[in-house]
Amino acid sequence: MKTAADNLPAPYLRTPQTVPEMMRQVLYALVPAALAYTWFFGVGLIVNAVIAVLAALLTEAACLWLRGRSLALYLGDYSAVVTGVLLAFGLPPLTPWWITALGSVFAIGFAKHLFGGLGNNLFNPAMAGYVALLVSFPEQLTNWLPPRMGDLDYEPLSAVATLTYALFGSLPDGASLDSLTRATPLDMVQTELGEMRTVEEIRGSPLFGDFGGRGWEWINNFIALGGLWLLYRRIIRWHIPIAMLAGLLIPASLFYLIESATFAGPGFHLFSGGTMLCAFFIATDPVSAAMTDRGRVIYAAGIGLLTYIMRSWGSYPDGIAFAVLLMNSAVPLIDRLTQPAVYGYGKPSEPDEP
Amino acid sequence: MPDQQPTTGALPYNLQPPRPTWGVRLPPRKAQSTARPIAVCPLPREVAVPLDCGPAGVAEPLIAAGESVRTGQLIAVTADAGYVHATVSGEVLDVQERAVPGRPGAMSPCVLIRSDARDSWHPDCGAGPGNNQLDPARLRGAIAAAGIVGLGGALFPTADKMEACTQIYALILNGAECEPYISCDEMLMREQADGVIRGALLIMNAIGTDRTVIAVESDMPEARIALLDAIRTRDLDNIDVAVVTAKYPAGGERQLLELLTNRQVPAAGLPTDAGYLCQNVATAAAVANLVDNGQPLIDRIVTVTGAGVAEPQNLRVRIGTPLADLITAAGGYTTADCRLIMGGPMMGRPLPGDGLPVTKATNCIIVATPDELADTQAVYPCVRCGECSRACPARLLPQQLLLASRSQDTLALAELRLEACIECGCCDYVCPSHIDLTPQFVQAKRRLHQALGAQARAEQAKTRADAREERLRTRRSALAAYQEAELTTDDLAALMARVRAREQQRNEEE
Ligand code: SF4
Ligand code: SF4
Repeated sequence: MKTAADNLPAPYLRTPQTVPEMMRQVLYALVPAALAYTWFFGVGLIVNAVIAVLAALLTEAACLWLRGRSLALYLGDYSAVVTGVLLAFGLPPLTPWWITALGSVFAIGFAKHLFGGLGNNLFNPAMAGYVALLVSFPEQLTNWLPPRMGDLDYEPLSAVATLTYALFGSLPDGASLDSLTRATPLDMVQTELGEMRTVEEIRGSPLFGDFGGRGWEWINNFIALGGLWLLYRRIIRWHIPIAMLAGLLIPASLFYLIESATFAGPGFHLFSGGTMLCAFFIATDPVSAAMTDRGRVIYAAGIGLLTYIMRSWGSYPDGIAFAVLLMNSAVPLIDRLTQPAVYGYGKPSEPDEP
Repeated sequence: MPDQQPTTGALPYNLQPPRPTWGVRLPPRKAQSTARPIAVCPLPREVAVPLDCGPAGVAEPLIAAGESVRTGQLIAVTADAGYVHATVSGEVLDVQERAVPGRPGAMSPCVLIRSDARDSWHPDCGAGPGNNQLDPARLRGAIAAAGIVGLGGALFPTADKMEACTQIYALILNGAECEPYISCDEMLMREQADGVIRGALLIMNAIGTDRTVIAVESDMPEARIALLDAIRTRDLDNIDVAVVTAKYPAGGERQLLELLTNRQVPAAGLPTDAGYLCQNVATAAAVANLVDNGQPLIDRIVTVTGAGVAEPQNLRVRIGTPLADLITAAGGYTTADCRLIMGGPMMGRPLPGDGLPVTKATNCIIVATPDELADTQAVYPCVRCGECSRACPARLLPQQLLLASRSQDTLALAELRLEACIECGCCDYVCPSHIDLTPQFVQAKRRLHQALGAQARAEQAKTRADAREERLRTRRSALAAYQEAELTTDDLAALMARVRAREQQRNEEE
């Protein structure tokens, strides 16, 4: 017989879910999108991701060491990897390595560890890193490439050349950044609307597909697929993606109905820039989102709305990162305002006569 | 859930309760103990009957070492009307302080009785009042004096709950045992459905209501069918069976009441304040057993289960039986190294060993092997995933409560309504960071109570004293009713003889 009572208090049953496992699932969910991205735009994303993840892990290790935390425990939680990968998704395929690395260092060192590390950051680290780069190096963050499409007259850069550019900043003979890069569809809509052309005219460009930019449509599809997988695995819940998309698409539809010549339609917004990535992978970062489901609907709808406003009237082509950071800072307020009615503290119930 | 919304149709409860938005789906792990019928645990050689009656206080023994007692004999009472009966016949060895299942380190004085193996019943027992037309006050008195308490685990005297009834729309019998492993109520309903129904009729009579709903979980169809059969056999139309989703803690008293009636029990109130009396199905069966067979509460059904025991099953056990006897009756240990837990894996308590006696609150003993019910995952900081607040049946924000209890911010704890926490453990269960939330809330609650100002404490003491005075008053009349009902002239003669014998003995010694 006899029994070793360790006197641990209940509960004794625990979910098999863990933080590292959730982070790993997020990474798996990004794989299809990463493959599509690579197909259309070359290996730039992979190069950026490797650099960003390495820098993120090194920064994480340094910060943990300085703060006297367990390296084994926290390096194994995959949160820095996710931050690095998400940052890489935001950067153009041709980005010098030191810019990518700086973004990671800022994301992990400042946005995460200065706030207290995993779980305590007010701002989404990947978005904070991205915005820091966007305001510091606006030029270098415009090196987007045209998609690989059969009918586009364009010779894609080889993998070796991409890597060489990222590491040493040099391009093969005869190639120049100007000849290689193209504006993103969001860029084009913004600049050319400024030149008084109509949306219809702009969309005549061969860079545009059925809804958004060609290539981009497919990447967004695969991002959404990954998002659905996360929903299915209950890593994320529907509130944030749906509310974020609604916050973006409802105003987009309204303005498009009113004035279709000067406002891009909802389909374009849905399939352009970082919409899907934000809806399923960035706004859903639990740490920097609101706590309750009600709060999350407000938080995500705010991101969608701010994104629409910045895309339509702002000076940056895609305002998603700014929208996320702004709503991040509103989270403490949202949390306070959305505390649910606690059981037994509602209005005293008058038993009605059955 | 809107609490002021009227209930469905003409009934004062939902026959089809909504699916709870809160709570967690847990692995049931009940099948192992429901495969065998309820067995009677062999009479123990010695029992240690605990005198701690929970909310009713600690009972004063009426017997002394060396006296012989008979099964069902009243052996101790508390000033607050807790009643303790001998659970075997034999000789009283001693009254000793013993460790009992409960909070870590819980102790209670226990009456040790060596069984004479004859199990001869006290003459008071055996003949119950025996019909439905009992005077309600007398029935309540008899229930109190039979030591019948809430068998769900709170030990709240059943008669006290009944006294608190003023306007009751319906009786709710709780058969929705929602914690994994525990199956004693389910097996009781399957095998003794008629006892439950009979108990429901009696309790309805005692509190003056004419409707009962029995709640079972969606994963116990056999119990539901057995109850429906029993209802049909008796040709009743005022007892219904409602099926709640098998989601923990749908069977928690407050949660069940909300699912069944769309109403909430007010904070710091009782279900009776919302117009319903909740009783456990086993309590109802105990009432029936009292009235029909004249038996006070001397035994209960205990689930003995877990991978550490050879033949998991439910046992009918005399109160005071050492846990080791139960485990032997269930085929013994399968491994030398196991943990004992009283109750379920969500709200249960760790036990220091198998020498402890069964109490009226012991619904389940889990004999867990080392890797059963062990959490081996690393603890991470809270990632604000919100799963805990999604699961919380009290609609609290456990994540915020955690911050407040770590910083000992009493004001924030009060604002976040820590008081409403039912310590169910759902937040711990879902937490991907594997944080021990509930134990911290239990501690924070205790600190919060200590931090209550002296004035508040004095006020509370006064209300408590008033309440106790009131209870004593009703209790005294109940006791009088009981004595009127139960004590015969023969008993009084026997009592007098005993007193004289003791005086004589003392004289001889001098
Ligand atoms: S233990 Fe308390 S806080 Fe946690 S889920 Fe249960 S009621 Fe909510
Ligand atoms: S479940 Fe755990 S990690 Fe998630 S919010 Fe609650 S305490 Fe934090």
